[in-house]
Amino acid sequence: MTETRPAATASPRTAPASTGPAAPAASASDTAERPGTGAAPPRTRGAGPSRRAGGSGLRLLWCLPPLLVLTVIFLYPLALVVVEGFRGGTGTYREVFASQAFTDALVTTVALAVGATVGCVVLGFVLALVVAFVPFPGSRGVARFVDVFLSFPSFLITLALLFVYGTVGMANGLWTGVTGAEEGPFRFLTTPWGVLLAEITYFTPFVMRPLLAAFAQVETGQIEAASSLGARPARIVRRVILPEAWPALMAGGSLVLVLCLNEFAIVLFTGAKDVVTLPMLVYSKAILSSDYTAACCVATVNVVLSVGLYALYRYVTGRAGRTGGTGRSSRRAGALA
Amino acid sequence: MLVHSRKGRWAAWICFAVLFVPLFAVPLLVIVAASFATNWSGVLPSGSTVEHYAAATRGESLAALGVSLQTALLASVLALVIGTWAALSAASAARHGWVRRVLDALFVLPVAVPSVVVGLAVLVAYSRPPVAFNGTRWIVMLAHTVLVTAFAYQSVSAALARLDPAYEQAAASLGARPWYVLLRVKLPLLLPSLTAATGLCFALSMGELSATMMLYPPDWMPLPVQIFAATDRGSLFTGSALAVVLMAATSLVLFAVSRVRTRASYR
Repeated sequence: MTETRPAATASPRTAPASTGPAAPAASASDTAERPGTGAAPPRTRGAGPSRRAGGSGLRLLWCLPPLLVLTVIFLYPLALVVVEGFRGGTGTYREVFASQAFTDALVTTVALAVGATVGCVVLGFVLALVVAFVPFPGSRGVARFVDVFLSFPSFLITLALLFVYGTVGMANGLWTGVTGAEEGPFRFLTTPWGVLLAEITYFTPFVMRPLLAAFAQVETGQIEAASSLGARPARIVRRVILPEAWPALMAGGSLVLVLCLNEFAIVLFTGAKDVVTLPMLVYSKAILSSDYTAACCVATVNVVLSVGLYALYRYVTGRAGRTGGTGRSSRRAGALA
Repeated sequence: MLVHSRKGRWAAWICFAVLFVPLFAVPLLVIVAASFATNWSGVLPSGSTVEHYAAATRGESLAALGVSLQTALLASVLALVIGTWAALSAASAARHGWVRRVLDALFVLPVAVPSVVVGLAVLVAYSRPPVAFNGTRWIVMLAHTVLVTAFAYQSVSAALARLDPAYEQAAASLGARPWYVLLRVKLPLLLPSLTAATGLCFALSMGELSATMMLYPPDWMPLPVQIFAATDRGSLFTGSALAVVLMAATSLVLFAVSRVRTRASYR
């Protein structure tokens, strides 16, 4: 058993994230290097190093057209946003930072994003655990359903919640029907709690998908062995499954954190006047009050926040792709046995 | 099997159902149910009608569906071309590791930047004299292209990383020129991933609301904006019917794309 364990855990880990193939991109550097160095020898053996260097330099030129297009349609506009924010010095920034509306929006955005991420990670882990390890008839259908769910726009969830928890929706209808009261107790939809519920509902599949992929890599033999040695399910989850799935869980969680910071449609559909997030503030400054300089300031802050976190996410998934937590999990499995 | 006892398994399943059904299954069902209802003030909707669908498939709403389909088609085709080109050139520049890392970072940046900010950036950049796109349909299409290119790039470069280099090495060792290898070996092998990427881009563009809200001109109003306008003025049932039309159109296109994929993978 000791011999088989390293072989089992050293199996290559595939993409932990669906929407963020950062891991394959990171691991690509070793596979993709081969065509460049391996395919060439039969033809260039006699050509000498100068031709090789020339060919590789020419290859780099092929990167330019898409890069040029990206610069024109995205990088240049993004740079303009930053420049526009500094029009007339740092005065607008000082004004924006001093305003209560901005501080409130920043706190609301971060609090909602952190809350939604924690909710998604916990809920996604529990649901994926049941789908993967306590399979039931139709659990494959659930996995397919999760994929479909990801391709629908987020505002559908808020629209649906209006019927479920709205002033005359299902939940309140049930309450008034049972108790005979005038109106139901559920009126949290236009508060931050409504946005939180919608975000947890919409983003949990983003955690479940990489987790299901990671759970598929967990060796069932390890679970059988742990269980035959008397470990209870909670202990197996803690000591065998969680270490193995940790990189995928972190990757999914940080992706959801970034997506929640950027979420606009859910907040817009809630229609709550007192839930203002940073993207909502950008929209209202630019479109509703035509103050583009202030909008650009808020936008820059939002971009710095999100891109910083996304860089962290790429770093985490990149590490997950290279080392996978396999070393740690095999140590943990050793400790358990 | 993690849980061996029958009782434990049932407990896990019940726990799953209690969490899963109200959170994920009910919302989608509720929208479908509401789109057929005349009134909803109790537990279940009352009265059934297809009037909302009649309203959702004529005049403005039908035009909005057309607008969304055209925008999504153009954006996903453009994104596929740009993304595939970038991913292929990044993969072939593997010897220069920094080129690859820079391309990776730049092309996935639109995922991290909030969509609202992408809309704002496009609006700020293309509302001034040299290229004044503001108030035209092109600015909407441009923003959608930016947003979905990142996803096209990511899917294609992930597929490239999984591609077995033995095929192209074999082709090259038999004397095939790089162009021939690209057209006859690499792209056919990538075809399933390319169609999947197109489907993903199309679905994302169909449901895009954030950047569109910043940009849409009155004569180019995509379906999500129309849904927002309907729910904002209180016609929730018409909004649900429009949402069902949106989901159906997206699913139909995704299904058609998956058919292409399976036929390609038989080859």
